[in-house]
Amino acid sequence: MALKIVKGSIDRMFDKNLQDLVRGIRNHKEDEAKYISTCIDEIKQELKQDNIAVKANAVCKLTYLQMLGYDVSWAAFNIVEVMSSSKFTYKRIGYLAASQCFHESTDVIMLTTNQIRKDLSSPNQYDTGVALTGLSCFVTPDLARDLANDIMTLMSHTKPYIRKKAVLIMYKVFLKYPESLRPAFPRLKEKLEDPDPGVQSAAVNVICELARRNPKNYLSLAPLFFKLMTSSTNNWVLIKIIKLFGALTPLEPRLGKKLIEPLTNLIHRKIHIFSSHKMLCSQSHLIVSLSRIAVLISLSSGMPNHSASIQVMKYLGLLAMSKILKTHPKSVQSHKDLILQCLDDKDESIRLRALDLLYGMVSKKNLMEIVKKLMLHVDKAEGTTYRDELLTKIIDICSQSNYQYITNFEWYISILVELTRLEGTRHGHLIASQMLDVAIRVRAIRVFAVAQMATLLDNAHLLTGNMQRMGICEVLYAAAWICGEFSEHLENPMQTLEAMLRPKVATLPGHIQAVYVQNAAKLFATVLKNQEGNTDSTAAQETSQLMIDRLPLFVQSANLEVQERASCILQLVKYIQKLQQKDVEVAEEVCALFAGELNPVAPKAQKKVPVPEGLDLDAWINEPPSESESEDEQPKAIFAKEEPKHSRPRHTEVDEKELARRREARKQEQANNPFYIKASPSSQKAYQEAPGVEHIPVVQIDLSVPLKVPGLPMSDQYVKLEEERRQKERADKKKKEKKKRKEKRSGRGRKHDSGPESEEDITPAHMVDIVTEEMPENALPSDDDDKDPNDPHKALDIDLDKPLADSEKLPVRAHRAAEAPKSPAEDGEAENAASQEPKKKSSKEKREKKKDKDRDRKVRIKWQKDYKSSKHKKKKQKKEKEEKEKKKKKKHHHHHHHSDGGGEESVQNGTVEEEEPLPVSVYDIQGNLQDGSQVVVSVIFENKCDSFLKSMEFNVLDSLNSKLQRPEGSGPHDGLTVPFQLPPGVSNEARFVFTVQSIVMPQKLKGTLTFIVKNEDSSTHEKLDFKLHFTCTSYLITTPCYSDAFAKLLESGDLKCSSVRLEGVIMPFHHLLARICFHHHFSVVERIDSCASMYSRSIQGHHVCLLVKTSGQTVSIDAKCDEPTLLGNVLDEIKQTFSQC
Amino acid sequence: MIKAILIFNNHGKPRLIRFYQYFAEDMQQQIIRETFHLVSKRDDNVCNFLEGGSLIGGSDYKLIYRHYATLYFVFCVDSSESELGILDLIQVFVETLDKCFENVCELDLIFHMDKVHYILQEVVMGGMVLETNMNEIVAQVEVQNRMEKSEVSLFLDR
Repeated sequence: MALKIVKGSIDRMFDKNLQDLVRGIRNHKEDEAKYISTCIDEIKQELKQDNIAVKANAVCKLTYLQMLGYDVSWAAFNIVEVMSSSKFTYKRIGYLAASQCFHESTDVIMLTTNQIRKDLSSPNQYDTGVALTGLSCFVTPDLARDLANDIMTLMSHTKPYIRKKAVLIMYKVFLKYPESLRPAFPRLKEKLEDPDPGVQSAAVNVICELARRNPKNYLSLAPLFFKLMTSSTNNWVLIKIIKLFGALTPLEPRLGKKLIEPLTNLIHRKIHIFSSHKMLCSQSHLIVSLSRIAVLISLSSGMPNHSASIQVMKYLGLLAMSKILKTHPKSVQSHKDLILQCLDDKDESIRLRALDLLYGMVSKKNLMEIVKKLMLHVDKAEGTTYRDELLTKIIDICSQSNYQYITNFEWYISILVELTRLEGTRHGHLIASQMLDVAIRVRAIRVFAVAQMATLLDNAHLLTGNMQRMGICEVLYAAAWICGEFSEHLENPMQTLEAMLRPKVATLPGHIQAVYVQNAAKLFATVLKNQEGNTDSTAAQETSQLMIDRLPLFVQSANLEVQERASCILQLVKYIQKLQQKDVEVAEEVCALFAGELNPVAPKAQKKVPVPEGLDLDAWINEPPSESESEDEQPKAIFAKEEPKHSRPRHTEVDEKELARRREARKQEQANNPFYIKASPSSQKAYQEAPGVEHIPVVQIDLSVPLKVPGLPMSDQYVKLEEERRQKERADKKKKEKKKRKEKRSGRGRKHDSGPESEEDITPAHMVDIVTEEMPENALPSDDDDKDPNDPHKALDIDLDKPLADSEKLPVRAHRAAEAPKSPAEDGEAENAASQEPKKKSSKEKREKKKDKDRDRKVRIKWQKDYKSSKHKKKKQKKEKEEKEKKKKKKHHHHHHHSDGGGEESVQNGTVEEEEPLPVSVYDIQGNLQDGSQVVVSVIFENKCDSFLKSMEFNVLDSLNSKLQRPEGSGPHDGLTVPFQLPPGVSNEARFVFTVQSIVMPQKLKGTLTFIVKNEDSSTHEKLDFKLHFTCTSYLITTPCYSDAFAKLLESGDLKCSSVRLEGVIMPFHHLLARICFHHHFSVVERIDSCASMYSRSIQGHHVCLLVKTSGQTVSIDAKCDEPTLLGNVLDEIKQTFSQC
Repeated sequence: MIKAILIFNNHGKPRLIRFYQYFAEDMQQQIIRETFHLVSKRDDNVCNFLEGGSLIGGSDYKLIYRHYATLYFVFCVDSSESELGILDLIQVFVETLDKCFENVCELDLIFHMDKVHYILQEVVMGGMVLETNMNEIVAQVEVQNRMEKSEVSLFLDR
């Protein structure tokens, strides 16, 4: 009976389990989303219940929904709850859900540390196993650090099931916490010889992963692996070991020889392992030839019974060949035909592999042939991805190692032109850049290239006609540029110019139009030059007119670049026209506009410029002036009467000289520059002679010129030509050999060596001068350009043979035992704080003289923001601060915008004021001055809203003078993470260290606090702007002084004098003194009636002496200090204090 | 390393997804779609390897898959894994499923996604191959299932 009741209640609780959910979803095919949203609502209800079984069921369903693409991170906390269930069933559900949806930025992960640790040490091996499996998916650097020691203990667990899991997870731990690698490595090595094959395999697995990235650290393990390879029967282990040797042999060539025998044995045993391991380890020819056999077997025969497995072998064979190719290209090249056959394979994977191989196989001899085959495939290919792949491969193959294999660039240009016919390719840009590159760098080809490009431009409509071909119109960019830049080679520049100014051009993308316009101008210059030689000047004028007629179209362009260039050039042409009408020869000068040659510069050239010896880029060229120069730190009121101390006049003097010199130079230049338009009386006249109708050019379409459509496959001709040429050459050589007579053939360059034709004997069709990319002189050779700085494995490049140092121990739990009773949240917080504190301390820089160490001081800092005054609560903290607090309180109640001291303006932060109940409040800051250049600012954050605040980041905009000290490695604009989170109503204090150089002036630093406000259902990112006010007073330290020392100081004569008068002060004299003492950190030296002497000292050791006298309501203060600026500012601040009361 | 394991049916409906590197949910779905698109258009008699899943991985990664009746089993792996080894592993995994579910079919995977996950957890852990011996895998799964049963019955008896 009781059982029935329980069962009934269970049924009710479990009103929908995973199976029901799946069934339901399948039954609601039409409104799946709606059904799932109701299910999620149910799940939310279930998660609210206390029963862990119900919760686990709900979490299980969530795991399913996660697979369907629903974000379930909102239930992260519930998942943690289920994980911590004592029942294996529920624990397993929880860990599964966690492994599916937790990741590094999941914040509840930090709550799991203790739970996971508990599970790891559970007596039930499956609890441990489940925890390890889960952890392997969501391990974070924090978890890795905290649990590394526990996991390492598990590596010697009695149960092999746990051992193998613990060994495997160590790799993940290493990745997240590289410091653990060295301490854990000896044990890992030990596990290579574990009696259990599973554990052994796991250890091999981990070491292989490690060695793959940093093989040199694992060379010492080679003998051990060698032993394993000969003894193990586990295929997995064998495969991994062979892979490992593949990584090791390049570093230790002797290994290759040793490996031959065991490998051959293995091959006889299992051929499939052999072909799968890629013969990278093959250093000897024997192995290469063996592999060739294997490859041949796999490529040609395979296993006849099953076609898919043939494909598999084919693929693997090609893969293996690509590895062999790197070390022994000759042995692969002999299989060229076989590989070309694979290009016809129906399987795209195999085709792509074959393509990859071809890349490495080309030579001068076979390049044309291979590319021709590829071009055929391009025509046949279906599907744009494969065709695009072919296209990029063709270009890759041809352009590799600086066009090493191209003997005939005319052929290459025509190949590129042919490729422009490809429909719908994305690689127009690639083709364009190749065209540009070849045209610029191969001088001999320019005539031909220009001719081809001119045809392209002429037939631009073929390329742009179809909207789908938009990608290819990039080619026109190159074409226009080449035609413009090398316009002297154009046969018919006028025609090309006309083509470039067609109205249709306006439909091209903006950046191409811009190039058109610019190059039209270049062409125009060339045309003018040609035409001016003639006696008839009308032709030249017609050309100008053509420009003037067509350019306005571009002037109206929506693209700024086009518009700007067009209007610029239009005005230029108009002016040229004016000159032409006066029969002035302008062509030469117009050409000078575009004179000079562009040389290609290597992309890395800038980086490789060596730093000249003795140049220290970090050193100051001019020492910065001692005063702070930051603009926003110059409070107006305080410095209003302060004379600027910088020696400005000297600067301006230099400037003036410099300016005069420059002006002179400019005048000279203008005088010599024919293009500098001087005011001339004739200019108006020119305007009156506006062009008439007869100047409109009639474009003659010369139909006698055959239209060369770029679509014709021209490259084939070159292949034939090339064949003929080579044959001829060969015949020629033979002739020469036999008869040794002086050959008459002229033209093409040849080599004069004789002998059997080898690859090197193929002479290029042109004397090709490939202009190399320019590099700076004595560029530094550096190979580290390609390394990825983000590679997590970089951190694992650790020398493992060094003996362990004492400091290299894994953090042990005992170390943190004191914190254990705390809640996990606090735990994390303490951790953060602890990790930040030492960093600060260690990064101290002592730039200036250190005095007055470790003195506690108050730095008054104002926080300015727009408070909602009603929400603002006050909490007294420091006894001495009463007055100031009062002052502030008043201000807060008078609403925002309290300008104080220097009259700074508060930063508006509208959103915070409107929506948020101002969550953070900081009202008091304590400064702790430790030495002459450092100020510690304590900030109290109080959360006054009802939401949870987290991820607080404190950032201050550094000035030249004051800098927030950030942990090493972070940039100058990075914020500092506040090492705690704030639940509603809680306040906490954080400290920040500032480095201050000069203390003679007050400063304000602008800053921002960013934080995340987390409500039940949403979290928003907010920020709060504030200003930190470092007054000069805050740099003073109350220092007692005896009257005799004081007198001596005054007599020394080092001190500068200054004085100030305060009117209308109604307060007893001792109050007044107390005020100065309290607010401005002075101490009274001596007091006689209504007269007192006071003393204070700055953190940098400046003495400040005051003589305060009062008569009636007037107080006069005479002051002396060795730093007049500081003194002035201190006096101003004192005045301020009394003007406010 | 194995980066992801995806099981989906002939229509691209996911039956099990297991990423060993974090992707947001919508990205996961996109990857599934892309992978399905790549895999589904290939004949059954072509090779089982694919390069060029643009979303997942990059040049170092390969998709290795097998097609069984209505289901595709796709493993996304980097170059440290042997192609044939992974093919073998898929076979081991499927055979294990067959043993655990007794003539496994798509419906088993649909309704017992959690169980499939538990089996997979015994084969691959955190992207690394844990166990390739089928008997060992089956034994461990069965012990855990028995534990689960005993816990449930304990709960009901109380």
